[in-house]
Amino acid sequence: MSEQSPKERRIILKYADDPAYSNRIDCYLRVGGYQNLKKAFAMKPEEVGEEVLKSGVRGRGGAGFPAGMKWKFLDRKSGKPIYLICNADESEPGTFKDRQIMYKDPHQLIEGMMISAYAIGASQAFIYIRAEFHEGARILNRAISEAKDKGFCGNNILGSDFSCDLVVHRGAGAYICGEETGLIESLEGKRPNPRIKPPYFPAVLGLYQCPTIVNNVETLCNVRHIIEMGGEEFSKIGKPNNTGTRIWCVSGQVMKPGYYEFECGALTLGQMIFDVCGGLRPGRSLKAVIPGGSSAKVLRADERFSGTLKDGTAFDWGLGDIPLDFDGPMSAGSMSGSGGIIVMDDTVDIVQAMANINAFYAHESCGQCTPCREGSLWMRKITQRMCSGGARKEDADLLLSVAKQIEGRTICAFGEAAAWPTQSFVTKFKDDFINKASETAENRDPKSLQLI
Amino acid sequence: MISPTTEEMVTITLNGKEVEVPTGINAVEAAALHGQEVPHYCYHPKLSVAGNCRMCLVEMGTPMRDRSTGEAIFEEDGSPKIGWVPKPVIGCATNVSPGMHLRTESDLVSECREGIMEFLLVNHPLDCPICDQAGECRLQEFATDYGRGYSRYIERKNVKPKRTRLGPRVTLDDERCILCSRCIRFSQEVAKDDVLGFVDRGSFSTLTCFPGKELANNYSLNTVDICPVGALTSTDFRFKMRVWFLKETKSICTESSAGCNTIVSSREGVIQRITPRRNDLVNDTWMTDSGRDLYKSVRSESRILRPSVKGNDLPLKDVVSSAVDCLRGEKIGFVVSCHSSLEEQMLAKRLVSLTNAQTFICGHFGDDDGILLSADRSPNLRGALVTGLIDQYPNDNLADLNDAISEGNIETVFVFDEDLILSGVSEENLQKVSMVYLGTHSNNSSRLADVVLPGLSVFEKNGSFVNRSFIAQAFEMSVPGPAGIKSQVEVLTDIISKLSEEEGISSDLDEVWDIFNSHNQSVLAGTKFSNLKKVSVPIDGSSWSHLNFVEKTALNYRPIESEPK
Amino acid sequence: MSATVKMENLLKLSAETLAKIDEVVPKYPQKRSAALMVIHLVQDELGAVDDTACEWIAKRLELQPINIKELITFYPMLRENPWGRKHVRVCRTLPCALRGSYGTCKTFEKMLGVKEGHVREDGEYSLEFMECLADCGQGPVVIVDEKTYENIEGERATKFAELLLDGKLDGVEEFKSYEDSLNQQIPKQ
Repeated sequence: MSEQSPKERRIILKYADDPAYSNRIDCYLRVGGYQNLKKAFAMKPEEVGEEVLKSGVRGRGGAGFPAGMKWKFLDRKSGKPIYLICNADESEPGTFKDRQIMYKDPHQLIEGMMISAYAIGASQAFIYIRAEFHEGARILNRAISEAKDKGFCGNNILGSDFSCDLVVHRGAGAYICGEETGLIESLEGKRPNPRIKPPYFPAVLGLYQCPTIVNNVETLCNVRHIIEMGGEEFSKIGKPNNTGTRIWCVSGQVMKPGYYEFECGALTLGQMIFDVCGGLRPGRSLKAVIPGGSSAKVLRADERFSGTLKDGTAFDWGLGDIPLDFDGPMSAGSMSGSGGIIVMDDTVDIVQAMANINAFYAHESCGQCTPCREGSLWMRKITQRMCSGGARKEDADLLLSVAKQIEGRTICAFGEAAAWPTQSFVTKFKDDFINKASETAENRDPKSLQLI
Repeated sequence: MISPTTEEMVTITLNGKEVEVPTGINAVEAAALHGQEVPHYCYHPKLSVAGNCRMCLVEMGTPMRDRSTGEAIFEEDGSPKIGWVPKPVIGCATNVSPGMHLRTESDLVSECREGIMEFLLVNHPLDCPICDQAGECRLQEFATDYGRGYSRYIERKNVKPKRTRLGPRVTLDDERCILCSRCIRFSQEVAKDDVLGFVDRGSFSTLTCFPGKELANNYSLNTVDICPVGALTSTDFRFKMRVWFLKETKSICTESSAGCNTIVSSREGVIQRITPRRNDLVNDTWMTDSGRDLYKSVRSESRILRPSVKGNDLPLKDVVSSAVDCLRGEKIGFVVSCHSSLEEQMLAKRLVSLTNAQTFICGHFGDDDGILLSADRSPNLRGALVTGLIDQYPNDNLADLNDAISEGNIETVFVFDEDLILSGVSEENLQKVSMVYLGTHSNNSSRLADVVLPGLSVFEKNGSFVNRSFIAQAFEMSVPGPAGIKSQVEVLTDIISKLSEEEGISSDLDEVWDIFNSHNQSVLAGTKFSNLKKVSVPIDGSSWSHLNFVEKTALNYRPIESEPK
Repeated sequence: MSATVKMENLLKLSAETLAKIDEVVPKYPQKRSAALMVIHLVQDELGAVDDTACEWIAKRLELQPINIKELITFYPMLRENPWGRKHVRVCRTLPCALRGSYGTCKTFEKMLGVKEGHVREDGEYSLEFMECLADCGQGPVVIVDEKTYENIEGERATKFAELLLDGKLDGVEEFKSYEDSLNQQIPKQ
């Protein structure tokens, strides 16, 4: 459990760590649970969708695409059944926020899902949860039957003629199931190979080739809060185009790692690391930060970022000045992704950190398309060789060249996810990679931690 | 599949030039129609689109429109401003639309191809010297045309199972596999036998069958044809011949009335293998495994190599004279064949009318597999109908001939290739009649024949067949026949000219057609063999729609509703 | 139901598991979708899904055995050979590695007497060095059977392994699992 920081604004995690709160329905009902389901059902489905659109809420799974707009792309005229899928396959390294919601406040997710299902006209909803969350699946199943007993889920919700069954589906340990079309393939019982887009956009040709919406756990929970306060009120939280709160997950070499929910843009990266998370370990200095899960580009501690924001204002930031919202890390050349902030201090051997990340992507590649399949394994083999004494000076440029050949050429975004870390690490820490060639057993840094 | 074809054309801009292409096709096909090759591995025109090899990456753009007004935006020189998609797109999944701009030659596209080529070769074994695919390997071809030309890979390559038995006729080498999934899609979509799949993941993905199961269906060798590399190879053809030595000729499979178009590959008069030829109206790009084996009968022990009379080998002209003598009698019966070519059937018809003979025929039938092995196991039953040799649908036996001999109505029998005893004519009856046998292989009846004339197999002569869809298709000579043996057309022409005492009848196939068409009113009018060599010709089969054809619905074939006449 | 009764002769599954399978399959619009859930149920009881189990599951879901084998070999959590009686998973991805998970894995290898990715000779313990387990803030993360343990590094890792070997891990306050730390009780008003 994380120590709550006073500047947090806990909307999603309001009751999660409250010692008087459990994950049973009685607790949820006591704090106004399922009232917003009733409120939504008193509206027309299009009106619910309008509120979500007005709120400007962006997806919190990694892509940051406005949820209301995604719902608008849904093909409602095909006559085929519509499906809602909650992407609870939290596997992005550095991310651990959805776990808190599902284990501690599952009914919030169920209510958010039922409201969303009503808005989009879904006849069935699925929660695709990663298999490592054994207890999480049990908790959700128990919560669903509690909700069903009270008519909040399943047939004839709240006595209306809208029915939506909710099924918990367990994965089996593959990161690629977090990709929306990979998830759909896995849910269909096949190997989770992502689909080519076009033509297989989930909003048109999704699960069983029917229109499907895939949203992240946190995004769906926000829907419930949007209905409570209204889309316009919600859009006032945070900043324009970066509305609502976000749960940031800080991990790595800080004193108080954990999950913290803040309004978008309410604090900077520096404030997060040094104020909220208690800074680095004594005597250490900051070397690098990955702001949005391991797929995001790394930021050097001594880097400066400058340019013009969307609203026309100029910015000139150090690492610590980057505002924590969607657009901030993006303006700095990275992305906020899933909100997983990984902090590295000066004990970290950057090449080893790179090798660790490359090994992750090589292991998780589904193997369907050529560049990602061969490229990710090649990059892993290079960095592994570099870390076991076989580094050459030209390996740095080779890594950059291989990564460039992957980016933009793959079926799904996994290609970028595998290529960006390599491109950013090698570009920003080029000397570390080149000097690895002259590393010997004698001059190896004794305090560096083994990372591969 | 993504690309239906229609007759409508759209205008797109290909590498800066405006061209017309049929609407609905994809960028790879569109470029090919205008002489631009877009290299690809996993795309196949007859299978669903997978889009996983990424080799066909091209640049695509559409004319830009103002977001609010919808008006077109123009450059300074008046040309429409093109919004190029920032990332390259795969050509096989990009269907053409009016006004689309495509670049299949550009710096970015070259880089993409070099990159993908490099990735494909990174874990590929250096097997070219021992790999059957060499010479027809797309990895070799595209590496030469589009690759970087040198390797930067110094790590260890993945190790996977090599030269394993995937099925009775297919050998699998997993290290060579580039995971294009064509074989899996083929097995699921065309052969309808879902036995292949990938196990493990990432770069360690391996093609395999479930332990205990095999790729054993009658279309397994098509996976070898479509495999772009040497991962799937034909066990029969393994290490036999380098493909650049092979001479390729066009032929038609004689296994059934499906009439699969084939390529016969031979070297120095010996056939090495048979592979399918593309025909979108007949067999797409497929053929049966069993049909590929048919060339082996060319050199079988039962091949008739010399003409003979009553068991004595004699020169051909003497044997032909004996045959002519037999045909000067009365009560002659011709047992014509559904395996004969159209030209042979035309000449048989001439002979039948010259000798006032009765015609008998035996059909050969089996189970219809709903794909390319039809229930009619002969290539030219319809040929016998359209030439007018027969007008009833054949039975699967010759009981009528047997009865005719028993009743004394037939005293001489001229047999084309049939085994009369197997078809139900008693040996006793065969002893009663005098028999002329014209065929390629000896059998029970040829042994009892008075005159035996050897013939040429389908691989050793030219001719044409009419398939189940009433399409007339030509086949060409691939290898020379055994020494001294003439084609059935030449032998029949010889017999006809002796019987009719007409001089100088040509055995040229076009002449055979002309003579036939001038003496007969038939649906074959207006064409001839050399036309069929260029392109197959559909002919009007409606006159026979009342017959109970045995073929069932299959690939590119739907039986005509039989109407009572 | 009768088809299931006949097939159970091939694979010895308990009535309980069969009932769960019968319950879960109809939840999906297409039978094939239930594949992962059915495989989990079979694996939970038998410890692994070998070729016989593959064929059984394929038949139950009206698929080909290769369709099931494709899934089992793709997903790391599905096994053709069983893990040990107690299976220990340690996270190796960057956030946990930064907090010492490689040291934790080495400690476990030494103390449990088994290399990562393997099962100990006597079948008691197995060790798996896995990818991100989604609790990075409290890394290094260790999962034993189905319980998630946090901050297992250095000295704590040694102590953890000792308790595990002695069978005394459950109930120790210092190593309360994430699941056990949840407030499951409905508090009184």
